[in-house]
Amino acid sequence: MGVHDEEILSRVATGDGHGENSSYFDGWKAYDNDPFHPIHNPNGVIQMGLAENQLCLDLMQEWIRKNPQASICTKEGASEFKAIANFQDYHGLPDFRKAIGRFMEKARGGRARFDPERIVMSGGATGAQETIAFCLANPGDAFLIPTPYYPAFDRDFGWRTGVQLIPVRCHSHDNFKITEAELAAAYRKARDSKIRVKGILITNPSNPLGTTMDRETLRTLASFANEERIHLVCDEIFSGTVFDGPEYVSVAEILQEDPSICDGDLIHIVYSLSKDLGVPGFRVGIIYSYNDAVVSCARRMSSFGLVSTQTQRLLASMLGDDDFTTDFLAETRRRLMHRHRAFTAGLEGVGIRCLQSNAGLFCWMSLKPLLKDATAEAEVELWRVIVDEVKLNISPGSSFHCAEPGWFRACFANMDEDTMETALRRIRTFVRRADGAAAPRPKTKKRWDATLRLSLPRRLEELTVLTPRLMSPRSPLVQAAT
Amino acid sequence: MRVIVPLQAVVQGRGGLVLGSLIPCALFYFLQFYLRRNRPSSPPPPHSSASGSNLPELASIHRSLSRSLLSPRGSYGPARLSSRGTAVARDDDNPYYVGLKRCADDPYNRSTNPQGFLLLGLAENRLSLDIIQDWLVKNWKESVLLDDEEGELSIQGLATYQPYDGSMDLKTAVAEFMGQVMQGSVSFNPSHVVLTAGATPAVETLSFCLADPGDAFLVPSPYYPGWDRDIKWRAGVELIPVPCRSTDNFSISIAALELAYNQVKKRGMKVRAVLVSNPSNPVGSLIDRETLCGLLDFVMEKNIHLISDEIFAGSTYGSDKFVSVAEVLDAESFDKSRVHIIYGLSKDLSVPGFRVGVIYSYNENVLAAASKLARFSSISAPTQRLLISMLSDRKFIAKYLTVNRARLHDMHALFVDGLKQLGIKCASSSGGFYCWADMSMFIRPYSEKGELKLWDNLLNVAKVNVTPGSSCHCIEPGWFRCCFTTLTEKDVPTVLERIQKITKSN
Repeated sequence: MGVHDEEILSRVATGDGHGENSSYFDGWKAYDNDPFHPIHNPNGVIQMGLAENQLCLDLMQEWIRKNPQASICTKEGASEFKAIANFQDYHGLPDFRKAIGRFMEKARGGRARFDPERIVMSGGATGAQETIAFCLANPGDAFLIPTPYYPAFDRDFGWRTGVQLIPVRCHSHDNFKITEAELAAAYRKARDSKIRVKGILITNPSNPLGTTMDRETLRTLASFANEERIHLVCDEIFSGTVFDGPEYVSVAEILQEDPSICDGDLIHIVYSLSKDLGVPGFRVGIIYSYNDAVVSCARRMSSFGLVSTQTQRLLASMLGDDDFTTDFLAETRRRLMHRHRAFTAGLEGVGIRCLQSNAGLFCWMSLKPLLKDATAEAEVELWRVIVDEVKLNISPGSSFHCAEPGWFRACFANMDEDTMETALRRIRTFVRRADGAAAPRPKTKKRWDATLRLSLPRRLEELTVLTPRLMSPRSPLVQAAT
Repeated sequence: MRVIVPLQAVVQGRGGLVLGSLIPCALFYFLQFYLRRNRPSSPPPPHSSASGSNLPELASIHRSLSRSLLSPRGSYGPARLSSRGTAVARDDDNPYYVGLKRCADDPYNRSTNPQGFLLLGLAENRLSLDIIQDWLVKNWKESVLLDDEEGELSIQGLATYQPYDGSMDLKTAVAEFMGQVMQGSVSFNPSHVVLTAGATPAVETLSFCLADPGDAFLVPSPYYPGWDRDIKWRAGVELIPVPCRSTDNFSISIAALELAYNQVKKRGMKVRAVLVSNPSNPVGSLIDRETLCGLLDFVMEKNIHLISDEIFAGSTYGSDKFVSVAEVLDAESFDKSRVHIIYGLSKDLSVPGFRVGVIYSYNENVLAAASKLARFSSISAPTQRLLISMLSDRKFIAKYLTVNRARLHDMHALFVDGLKQLGIKCASSSGGFYCWADMSMFIRPYSEKGELKLWDNLLNVAKVNVTPGSSCHCIEPGWFRCCFTTLTEKDVPTVLERIQKITKSN
């Protein structure tokens, strides 16, 4: 069937644009095979590679319990069923859009206004990124993207759209800030290679850095985009996770305070409730564009990823509750800050430095002192040891296209405090052992080699067999509960 | 003069053949080249990507040239969308969408807005929603978001990441539902199910798996207008209508498919699949077993796929029995790996708002690819939970399907009879939410133009929105799709009265 199928399936289906050959997903396989559980499997792999926010689910649970009329699955709400089940207008429920706009404003401290008429739904932020790419770029076009960046962008932005991402290198000596020099150089290089650059894609707050962009850098980006007549797409999915100063500045704010800095038609925001609210399972992706044609186009394409009206209704009610959202945002920030401080302090205790960050669900730590040499290969080797021996699935910087080896992203918001302590304990043990050891450690086990080698043809073979569930992220706490 | 003389020579057959053909050809090409170079920098029209595979490239090269000419650094040109984006944003004139918009702005309501627009253009079933609502009111405890008592069901299970192509529990429930819908004639395997947020992304995702941009599907017409969006817009697959005739109730002819296949091949395009709907949208007829076998033979011979959209399988009401392609595959020894079924809960379960679609395939590689692509359109977790509990109540589902079918049958009969009184005959149909009405005697001239004139009068004068056959790529003018499932019995006389206003004047 293999050869036969190569002829009659598409390139999208048979190629590896899905990106699951990346090392980013190898760690998940290790976790799936041996997931940590405090009681049933205390020596399993702790999932620190999934940026999920589980710190405030209890607040949501409490609200839902107190507001049964918001859900159609209750005595109070069931009478709304007919209208809700039947509604399939791709504009979405007006109350839903209003509530989303209001929540986005709150997350930015009221410093930016959002027009509900510009809010367009999509199948999660994943779908939003893809739709924006379809709207703005043709196959073969490119977007500039500062490194390090979220690995799945290659897939979300480029898999079916045929759009390529061109990295703009950022360096640790600058705290990974984007410089105009690097941006202009990358842009020039692309144009010289006859690649048409259609825009810039940034994430603010940054994944994996956890930092927020300062006003000056945002203004520079907006000016550059305006000057070159290219688009600026800002993924602000972590905007509600800013737990510390400096104060968060959204591109919406930049445009509002100085409309002349950039033609609004070039500015687009991607958002989602997956991180701020901690509900990735709800599949709520949002495209907010200042360009009417993009709103129109994206709205039509939203037919491919509308949010279930049942979910729209629930969220319209929840996010329309002003008191709740104010409390929720404040509490999320407080808990994140607490968790961040505890984790980074624990790392510092064994000499592991993290990039100073004020947002996100993770920290960006430097394990350079533990590298055999400053190469990407050494980083991957170290990473395999950490997954296999230390049993922590953290993500290596190379999977984020980081220009410098030795950086790793560790997520800390998808677990309870005890699990975090366990993770810190393991790190401490590992670092102390590494410091104490004079000779190089024995090479990695055969078991690892057998299952997780990066040989491409083998993986492709594996992937043509039915493995639909392995590659979707699975929350560690769900495992722990069963 | 210089052009004419060689031409004369050609006509008279004297040696000027080369000149006579070369010169006008050369002049023609130079003219085209000149026109293209100096064309204003507008994106290519939506249909250009249909035939000439050259056009999009030329247009894109042209655009970058014009960009540097018209918008040098720093000046104020328009912020350009992609060519895909522009085409989509401009898809304003399609009657299918125009009509829906007018109705949305001013919808009919017997008590509060009796002069509003009657929506007969959207295949939505409101006849049996009350049954489901009753179930929900009685069973809300099972389908609740949280469960206080045991603390087992909690938001944690719902809120966090799920498998992108749907939870196994829901796949199992949906597979069982499909079996019930097909009245036990075939059973479906949950591991062959990929769930998506609606049948719309299901069709798109499947198209991405089976074809590359520029390839083609053969589609017996008239066909569902939404496919032009689902398959062409982003997957870039061309749809080649294969006309069916009213003389045999618009049934599929393998000979016509064969002809179309060869024609497309001659144009240098690759045909990747045959796409059919069964029950048919917009005609409402069922594909018989013999034709299904014919289709399976055809795709096997041509080494292509067969996509069967069976989204109305549970909404049959006639005397003919519905036969799924899955049933034929079970019975005979056809190659299963090239057959894929599109399904969803929007029609049979009346829940379009919940966004639940299905790709059912026997091909492991398609399933593997589709399950990865499903990340762009996954079903919301609370909805998955609700539906798992609803679909698991098989007794309720059996009752619902029976009552729904009866109501569809009655409304269909009432409506078709009413149209007959007006002198409007309908194609014979056994399923779906609509009837395929022949209003060709009321259009003048007998052409697409005349049809659209009638559609316009019906929409703007009679305030009745129906779908014109041309939107469905019907080759015979004058056919209209009229959905009756958004009406109650009492609304039918109103509808007929309004239609008569127009037909009388014609």
